[in-house]
Order: sequence, then C-alpha cells, then structure tokens
Amino acid sequence: MSERLYAIAIEVNGTKRTGQVTARTSLVDWLREHLNLTGTHVGCEHGICGACSVMLDGAPVRSCLMYAVQADGHRVTTVEGLARPDGQLSVLQDSFCEAHGLQCGYCTPGMLIAAQALLDENPRPSEHEIRDAIGGNLCRCTGYQQIVEAIELAARRMAGEAE
Amino acid sequence: MSTPQTSPYGFRYIGAKRRTKEHPRFVTGRGRYAADIALPGLKHVALVASPHASAKILSICSEAARAVPGVHYVLTGDEFCAATDSLPIGVDAPKVTRWALARERVRYAGEWVAAVVADTRALAEDAAELIEVEYEPLPHVTDAEQAIANTDTLVHPAHGSNVILHRNFVWGPVEAEFANADHRLSFRATWNRNATVPIETFAVAAQWNPATEILDIWASIQMPKYPDQAARALRLPGNAVRVHYDVDVGGSYGVKRGIKHTVLVGYLARRLGMPVRLIEDRLENMRGGDMHGPDRTFDMTAAFDGDGTIRALKIRAIDNVGAYAGRAPFQLGKPVSAICGPYAVKAVAYEPVSVMTNKTPQEAVRGFGQAPTNFALERTMDRVARHLNMDRLAVRQKNLIRKDQFPYTIPSGSTYDSGDYQTVLDKALAAIDYPALVKQRDAARENGRLAGIGISTCLEPSGGNSAFEPLLNPKNETTTWMDSCLVRIDLSGAITGIMGTSSSGQGHETLVSTVIGEVLERDPATIRVIHADSLQALPSNSPVGSRMAIMLGGAAAGAARQIKETLLAIAAHNFECEKEDLDYRDGNVNLKGVPDKMLSWDQLVEIAHRKFHAMPAGVEPGLQAKFVWEVPTGGGLPTPDGRIQIYPCYAFECHIVYVEIDPDTAQPEIKRYVCGHDCGVMINPDIVHGMTYGGIAHGIGAALYEQFTYDDNGQLTSGTFMDYLIPSAHEIPPVKIVDHCTPSPITTFGQKGSGEAGYLGAPAAVANAINDALAPLHVEVNTLPISHLAIWETIEKAKRQ
Amino acid sequence: MKSPPFEYARAASIEEACAFIAQHGDDAKLIAGGQSLVPMMAFRLLRPGWLIDIDAIPALKYVAIETDAARMGACTRQCDIQHDDVLAAAVPLLRQALAHVGHVQTRNRGTAGGSLVHADPSAELPLTAQVLEARMVLRSHSDTRTLPAASFFEGAMTTAVRPDECVVEIQWPVWREKKTGSAFTEISRRHGDFAIVAAAAQVAVDDDARCTRAAFGIGGAAPTPAAFPDLAKRLVGTRLEKETLRDVAHDAAATLEPGSDIHASAGYRRHLAGVLAARVLQSAYDAARAAR
Ligand SMILES: Cc1cc2nc3c(=O)[nH]c(=O)nc-3n(C[C@H](O)[C@H](O)[C@H](O)COP(=O)(O)OP(=O)(O)OC[C@H]3O[C@@H](n4cnc5c(N)ncnc54)[C@H](O)[C@@H]3O)c2cc1C
Ligand code: FES
Ligand code: FES
Repeated sequence: MSERLYAIAIEVNGTKRTGQVTARTSLVDWLREHLNLTGTHVGCEHGICGACSVMLDGAPVRSCLMYAVQADGHRVTTVEGLARPDGQLSVLQDSFCEAHGLQCGYCTPGMLIAAQALLDENPRPSEHEIRDAIGGNLCRCTGYQQIVEAIELAARRMAGEAE
Repeated sequence: MSTPQTSPYGFRYIGAKRRTKEHPRFVTGRGRYAADIALPGLKHVALVASPHASAKILSICSEAARAVPGVHYVLTGDEFCAATDSLPIGVDAPKVTRWALARERVRYAGEWVAAVVADTRALAEDAAELIEVEYEPLPHVTDAEQAIANTDTLVHPAHGSNVILHRNFVWGPVEAEFANADHRLSFRATWNRNATVPIETFAVAAQWNPATEILDIWASIQMPKYPDQAARALRLPGNAVRVHYDVDVGGSYGVKRGIKHTVLVGYLARRLGMPVRLIEDRLENMRGGDMHGPDRTFDMTAAFDGDGTIRALKIRAIDNVGAYAGRAPFQLGKPVSAICGPYAVKAVAYEPVSVMTNKTPQEAVRGFGQAPTNFALERTMDRVARHLNMDRLAVRQKNLIRKDQFPYTIPSGSTYDSGDYQTVLDKALAAIDYPALVKQRDAARENGRLAGIGISTCLEPSGGNSAFEPLLNPKNETTTWMDSCLVRIDLSGAITGIMGTSSSGQGHETLVSTVIGEVLERDPATIRVIHADSLQALPSNSPVGSRMAIMLGGAAAGAARQIKETLLAIAAHNFECEKEDLDYRDGNVNLKGVPDKMLSWDQLVEIAHRKFHAMPAGVEPGLQAKFVWEVPTGGGLPTPDGRIQIYPCYAFECHIVYVEIDPDTAQPEIKRYVCGHDCGVMINPDIVHGMTYGGIAHGIGAALYEQFTYDDNGQLTSGTFMDYLIPSAHEIPPVKIVDHCTPSPITTFGQKGSGEAGYLGAPAAVANAINDALAPLHVEVNTLPISHLAIWETIEKAKRQ
Repeated sequence: MKSPPFEYARAASIEEACAFIAQHGDDAKLIAGGQSLVPMMAFRLLRPGWLIDIDAIPALKYVAIETDAARMGACTRQCDIQHDDVLAAAVPLLRQALAHVGHVQTRNRGTAGGSLVHADPSAELPLTAQVLEARMVLRSHSDTRTLPAASFFEGAMTTAVRPDECVVEIQWPVWREKKTGSAFTEISRRHGDFAIVAAAAQVAVDDDARCTRAAFGIGGAAPTPAAFPDLAKRLVGTRLEKETLRDVAHDAAATLEPGSDIHASAGYRRHLAGVLAARVLQSAYDAARAAR
C-alpha cells in the first residue's frame, strides 16, 4: 500500500511553492529534498542542535520538529532567503564573514536564522541576550566566541556605528 | 580578539587580517556537503543494528523487508564479507578483522548487521524494522581492566587476547632517578570516552560507472589513505576509485573516517548498479558510527625533589579501543612525542596498553591521544605542588624548558623545535591579572563559595610523519606523511592552487591562496584554490595532526617558489642577464636599477604559454609547478629502545581558568578564561583564534559534560543529543586569547600547527580549577568529565571524612 | 530517524478534533506544537495511525485574565505566554518557569497544553501547574470535565487525559493578595535542558512580613512534579525564619523518591530538592516583601 500524499502550499523565501508530500515528511526534508534548498542542515533530527532552524512566519523554529503538512499555508524563510534582494550579503551575513563567525559552516545557516530573528526583535542585544538567542544552536567549531562577536558587529553596523 | 590589518611579522599577507575564501558560500547556504549531492535515481540506505553488546547471530530473516514496495536490496554480512576484504588495522593483529556488517557474531551494541536499500530513507527504515535477527547473547565486557583480566570473555577469540597492543618503553635512567629523588607520588587519572561529535554526521554517496569502471565517491571525509583503503577493501585497483574532495565537510576534528560506511555503500552501488547514499542518522552515528575517542586510565608515578624538580615519570596508560581497531591504538603513540610535556624531565617510562572491549570502536579524535595525556601530566604537576606545599606556578616554572635550551631533545627522542614557554605564561598571567584573580578567589571562598584557579601548560605536537606506526608495529614502516600542492598560472594570468584533500572548516583555500599570494606577491583574493579528486590530486594525507599550515602551507610555498623561479628564468633569458640581476615585484620582473627594463606578469605568462622561442632552454612551457613536501624533520625508523622524532613542530599553550562552584548545588561556573598561545607565525590569525576558541569549548565539554556512558548490559546510554551533552553558548564563557610568536626555525614561514589548539590544555586546566576549588575540603577528583554529580559526591565525601 | 507512516488531519474546531479522536480512538494522537511528539515519532517510540493537528484551532489560543484565574487556551504558545506582560503580572511564576523551558525555537512552537499532557517529570509547566493548583478543562465528543493538577498528573509521562479527550483550557489561579512574590529555579546540566531538579514557590505576606499564604513544589525528583500544600501551611504566620524554612524544605525532600540516571543519582536529586525548595521559598518571600 503506498502512502497517502498531501498537497501543500508554502511561501518559501517569498515565493509560493507547492508540493505533494507524505504526512511524515519533515519540513527540513521537504526543503532539502523536494525544493533542493540544501542550505538548511540536519544535525540530529530530534530537536537539540538547531542546525535546521528556519523562520516560520518570521519566528525561528526547528524544521526537523515539524512536518511539512503542518507548515501548509505558512511562510518559511531559510538561509537562502537572508541575502538582500540584489543578492548581496545581508549585514548579518557579511558580519559573520568579517568576524570569522564560522568555520565548517554546518551550523551557520541555523545560527544566522537565530541571530536574524534576535536582531529583528532586539536591534541592540547584550552579550547575554545574544548567547540566549543562540543557546539552542550547537556549534562544534567556533566555541561561539566569534559568532557572538559577529552578531555584535552586525548590531553595531545596523545602528550605523560600525562599517 | 581583534586581528591587525597588517602583518605583525613583516609579511605582505601572512599574519594580516584576511577574510576567508570559504565563508561567502557558507553564509548564503551554498556550501556543498555530502548530503547535498543529488544524483539522479539515488537510493538510500538504512541499517539494522545489534541490540546486544555481544552475541552470536543465529539467523537473519529479511523476506518481509524485501517485500516492501520501494525496497531494492537487503545486504547481510554473509554476502558482504565474502565479497569484500577486511579493513586494515594499524597494529600487528591480523586476526582482528573488521567489516561494515557483522558476520556470525556481533561485538558491540549498535554494530551493523544488515543494510537495506530503498527509494527513500523512510522506506528503508520501515523495512529495516521488519528484518528479524535471531541472536544468542554471549558474555560481554566493557571495562578495559576487566577485559585484560578476564581471558574467558574475548572480543576476538581468534586474536587470543583482548590486549591488542602492550609495550614497555624506558627512556633514560628512570630507576636511578627514582632512587635518588627526594619524593615520589602515584595516582590514577581517568579520561572517559568522548568524541568530537561534529554537527554533521557522516554521509557518503557512491556511483559505479560500468562504462569507465570507476566508482565515484562523495563523502564527508577527513582521512589519510581513504581512497586506497576503500579500493583495497572493494578489491578494486586504486585507480578505479575516485573520491571527490570538493565536498564541504561539516566539521570533523579527527573523526570523519567513515571507511566502513564507504566500503558498504561502494559495494551496494556497484552490486545494484544504482547510486546509493548513506547518511548516518544521529542514533547510528553515536552508536555505530565508530567515532568515539580515547577512553583511558593513567597510572602516574612521579619522582621529584624538594625544590619541585621533576626527575622522572612512570606512565601506564590503558586505553579502551572498543570492539575493533583501525588506527585507534596509535593514539597511544602520538603522546610519545611529547611524553614529558613542556618540562625538562630526564627520564620517562611509558607503558601503553590498548584493550578491546564490547564498546563502540574508537577513532582518531582531535589531539590523537595528546589531550588525555596532557590532562594526566597537568594533574601530576598540581599534585606535586600540593605534595610539596609549593605554588603550582612555581613548580611549573621550575620545570619548564627554558628559551635558551632549544632545540631540546626529550628522553623519548623528539627534538622540540623552539619555544618561549615562560614568556607565554607571563603574558597570560598578566592578561588575567593573576594577583587580582587570586584575591577574587580568596574573597569568594570567604563568602562561602568553592572557588578555584586552574592552570595548564601544554604542548601541541604538529605536522608529523606518522612514525608512531613503526614505533608501535615493527611490521609497519610508515615514515612519511607528505602533502603537496600544484600551482598553475593560466594564459590569462590567473592563479589556481590545487590541493588534494577535502576541508572540514580549517579554511585551506584561504591558507593556500595566502601562501601563494605571499610568495608570488599577488593578491590572494584573486587566487582560486580547488580540491582535486583523488585520481587527479597529488598525494595528501588529509588535515590530521595539526599539519596543514606546516605541510600544505609548505607545499604551496614550494610550488609557488618554483613558479617564481621560472618567471625569473624567463626574464633573465630575455634580458640576457643572471637571475641575481633581477628584481621581482608584484609578479613583474625588472633589471635591478632599470625600471623600464621590465617584463610584466602578463608578458611573462604569455611567454611561458605561447612563446617557446622566448623561453630559456630546459624550462617547461605552460607555467605550472608541483611540490610534494615531506615533514621538515624527515622520517626515520625508531631506535631499538623506541626513540623517535615524529612531529617537527611544537606549539605551546597555557590556560588559566577561574571556576566557582555553588557548594549547595554543586553547580560549577567558569567565570574567567585566558589562554596564552604560541604556534609560531599565524598565517591567518582569525582562523587560528577560531580553532583555538573551538578547541577550548570542546575541551570544556570533555572536562565537564561529555561522555559516552554504558550501562551494565553494555548499552550506550548517552546515544542522543539529549544525553550526550555538547556545551552551548550558555556553558562556554568568553575567552581571551593572548598570542605570542616564537617562529619555528624549520618551517617555511616559521609557522607551527594549531588545529588541536585549545583542546590540548583546556580539560587539564578546568580539572585543575575544580580541584583547586575543592582543595579546602581536602578532596580531589581525577576522573573526567567532572559532572555536577561527581562534584556533589566529592563534596559529600569530604563531609563524611 | 524518519517517523513511521501516519495520516494527518488538521482540525478546524475543537468539535472536529474531538470527533476525530473519538472516531480513531487509540490510533490517533493530537499534535499541538510537536516539540515533544515529533522527537518521539522520530525515535519510533510512538506510531499512531493518525495525527490530528489542533494547532490551527482559533478557540484554543487565547489568554483571558479574570479576578481569580488566568484562563488560557491549550494551544497558547510558550513564547506568547512568556511575552505577555499582563499575564506575567497576574501569574508571575509562568514567565519565571518558561525562562527554563527549552530554547527560543522550541518555545515558538511548543504549547502550554502540550507540555502539561506530555508530563515529563522534570518539566517546568507541570510543576507550575501543581504549585498553583491549576485546573485543566478536558473535552471529548460527548463530555467536558475539569481536573485539578493534583489528579491530572498520574505518573511519569502519564496523565488522566483519556485518548478521546482534548485539553482545551488551563486555568491558572491568580492570588489576590497584594504582596505576593514567586520564584522558580532549577539545576540542569546545560541551560535549556530538562531540569535535574526544579523548584517553584509562591508566597504572600502581610504588611508585617508574615506569611499569609504559601505554595511550593519540586520537579524532577519523583514521577510527577510534587506540590506540598500541607507543608506550605506550616509557613503561614511565620517570617520564613531560617530554621522553619530548612525544616519545611527538608521534610518536603524527604517525602520524595527520586530515580537515578546518568546525570544524577537519587541521593543528589533528593539533596537538590531540599536546597532548591528552601531557595525558592526564600526568594518568593523576599519578592513578596518587596511587592507593593
Ligand atoms: C530541544 C528541546 C528542549 C526542550 N526543553 C524543555 C524543557 O527544558 N522543559 C520542558 O518542559 N520542555 C522542554 N521541551 C519540550 C517542549 O516544552 C514541548 O513544547 C512540550 O513538552 C510539548 O508541547 P507541544 O505543544 O510541543 O506538544 P506536542 O509535542 O504536540 O504534544 C505532546 C503530547 O501532548 C499531547 N497533546 C498536545 N496538546 C494536547 C491537548 N491540547 N490535549 C490533549 N493532548 C495534547 C500530544 O498528543 C502528545 O502526546 C523541549 C523540547 C525540545 C525539542
Ligand atoms: S536537526 Fe533539527 S534540531 Fe538538530
Ligand atoms: S562552524 Fe562548524 S559547527 Fe559551527
């Protein structure tokens, strides 16, 4: 017996995307395997590492802990949707490059989503608030220090206090 | 830590702030990791794992699984082991065979028993659940000392023992030093199992092309000799396996060595004529991914004088390698190269013992056994200080090798290249304001807190030739661990550097372009670096053992220098002068003192590519150069008493940590952290600092949080991210790194290795800080990780005393 | 780690959800935020034939603050509870508890009802419900009933909710005493993890700094979070003097029978229970005295 398919329509990075999925297809698997948006990564599939973070209706969530059917009718932003409309790096992305806020890049998309969501809400976060916002995103390369510095730099740049 | 915009060493690019070449693709989600490789018609593998730590396999019934629509194949050990060869083993134990799938017997819980290939991973998992395996449980052993003692419970009966390596080295007059020393002390230090646990699990995809008879492999790999081992196990000639090294690897730090995964997937791809992929899920990764790190007990004995001078050490290290062994026993070999740390100890006895048990197999982990050894050595230093009632700094200062003693040869035969340990330590003490820190600690103690300062001073041996192989296995004569680079200038004048391995976050493209740019005086931003596949690449031994700055950096420099020589030769020929009469600037060459008499970069390139008539005799047209570099100190076999030079360079790090513990809840908090670091010339300081911060975080994990725990049934009880505790941004404090540069006299630019930095000294320093905090209670803890529970139990013990 | 196959339906109303679960019985599971359910599916510890999504039911998402209780729909998200200032003024313990629950990303999906029904022994919201004596309104296709926390939690990961029932509302009592203070604390190995042991307390005092009402509880040290209404009464009339506090906390801890796992032994848990209970009571008392 073949599994039932469900029609879904999700706005992904500003574009309406439709598909037919089994109920058990996770949102991250749909993004990666069906839409070929492989920027969102999978690290644990049980909700701990944060590598799969995307924004759902503007708020960061773990896309391994959602089925694609649950996101039907919603708006999703992935790392591929963070750059400026002209394709230039966003201030946050550029700050990660400048401050060396990454190494292997595997946690990076999730970190960027968590950090962008923070800055959207709180443009001048304290170090503690930054650590709290990325506290659900594990990174094995950086020890977090240069990630925190990158987010601080982005906040300063957005406030016009740094280049 | 902000990096200077210009090179502090007087170089043009080396040492200056420079963005990496890799980051833009990663921050836009355009990295290309193994799991991102989409091959048309790709099939997916799921695994059936043993629920038992030790059992006979009586039967496997896979009919129901095969009947699931969308399932293509079920593979078991009988077929697989007959059709492929056992994976190689480093030490001399030919009967310890190992395949990706168990046959007849399982040796650890989580070992793979069958593989299912299906249209999707979900279907493969459904089918895997339908496979019925009948087992007859056998007695198991997970403790290394029990495994040595209990000769009835053999993990590999054919080997005849659970001990797979046991040596006794005596370097220098150990007994005489012990006899003459004022004091002796002994204790046991235990480093429990943890690993680097990258956020990306291991993934591999393979495709067999029957027309070309080539097996293409895309994998998240960081492993020396990987293509050769895969080909050999698959019974293919080496030139029938093509590993694509342009795959980004999501972190490794030693462990991404999925050779068994690769042979399995390669076999299936060829057998089925379909592209096949295996992405470990986190459960498979933790239990059966074979990536656990050292699991080691040290019996330390030190002989020392009343003034704190350590005269000799006896070290017995028992390491639990788990159910199979590849290179893991060699992790007892690397520490030989820095067996007495940064200290001038005259004599050392070392007894490494490697033991097989029914735990998950061990793999190489960042530091290759050095971090546990440093932990044991640094606990020894603190114990000696306590024994003599001396200051811990004073004991270290008494024994540190002095700047004027380099090059310095230690009893086990390694010559340390250079260092200025005292100055690095002084800088770190100044950065943390040590006297003020001591006051802070004492004030906290007066307020009823448990407060402690931890110090460690450690070495990072780097760039080695792998000669621990002949040291620990006389039948193995490996003494080179070369690396190489090919530099090509195309007709447009653009520069491409070609390297022969994949990267897992170390920024090799940045390294190679910076070095080539430095030598050729061309902007690194314009230099492209590619990762050739294994059939096109020059030999490489992959980024293990903190070697790439030294070895790949050296190779890139060597190749670029050849290009420069060629350009000079072309100009000399055309100006009819000697090379010495020429000036090379920014890639243009002119006659010294005659600025108009100049051949520009573009002109020289054009001559090399198109104008044979303008080329000097004997110079190859086409403008490319390769350079294969052997380790700077070369490679030799060990002396009969086991002295050997394995690593050419020795970086130094010292850690100063301040910890407070809530005495009522046993909750520790790291409040201050400074690391003094000297790895010679830093080619890209941001990258070096980043790896050091990461290494410290990883070390804090090893010290306080991370452990692969097993229960009495031999089951892994920390096989998820809920129980295997990787520290988050909450647990890792801000860290201050203080740099110092003692150039290595034997490398191209004075650089040393740094890929293991931070991890080598952090566990020791944190453990020492916790122990300093517990010191007023007259108790100590010498087992890592020091969990909340361990701290509480130690405090309780003090109350009972 | 892919979930086993199942069928999915999104309920538009409470009635529809109740009809679905009545129809499918044990074979159906409700999914709210999915932050506990989906990992269990991924580990294949659960294999329902149907998942009924109640997350889009408007009637399950509201917060209404009344004199005696703050009522909230079961699918109110943890992040919304955390950010609701009016709610935080009425039931301050909720915000204090949620600071320890998971991470931003999990709170953005996870719901109040889901956390209560999941009933992890060391979860923060179930502990808060016990301490405050919250009441849960349960609906089935045929029936509505209200359960106090004390009879809602039955054991580790088990509640009195029947397979055909949906939690629709949670009622958090509001203390009318002017000078009320509360506190929540926990010890976990990593921030954001489930607690090894957690403790919560709420205390009201008169102008004389004497306790007029107290409640406290401990999570993670027994199969269900435990509240201690009788012991709390011993505090009434006192100024929570050191000894009283210590005795009450000690007696509370002594009633517990914690389990052992790789993170903590039973002894350590019991010890923490006493320490943390005393601490939250003290903090809640201090906050009450400072309240105006
Ligand atoms: C990384 C991580 C860390 C976490 N840390 C913590 C923590 O520190 N503390 C903590 O308490 N929790 C923690 N959680 C769990 C989280 O709080 C969940 O949100 C919560 O336990 C479940 O809520 P949910 O809405 O996601 O429910 P779901 O996962 O959707 O459902 C949970 C269970 O409740 C049932 N259910 C849900 N809603 C109803 C209803 N209205 N009526 C009847 N049954 C219902 C479901 O059928 C299911 O059995 C963590 C989760 C993750 C992934
Ligand atoms: S993959 Fe989703 S949290 Fe780890
Ligand atoms: S950059 Fe590698 S895991 Fe974060």
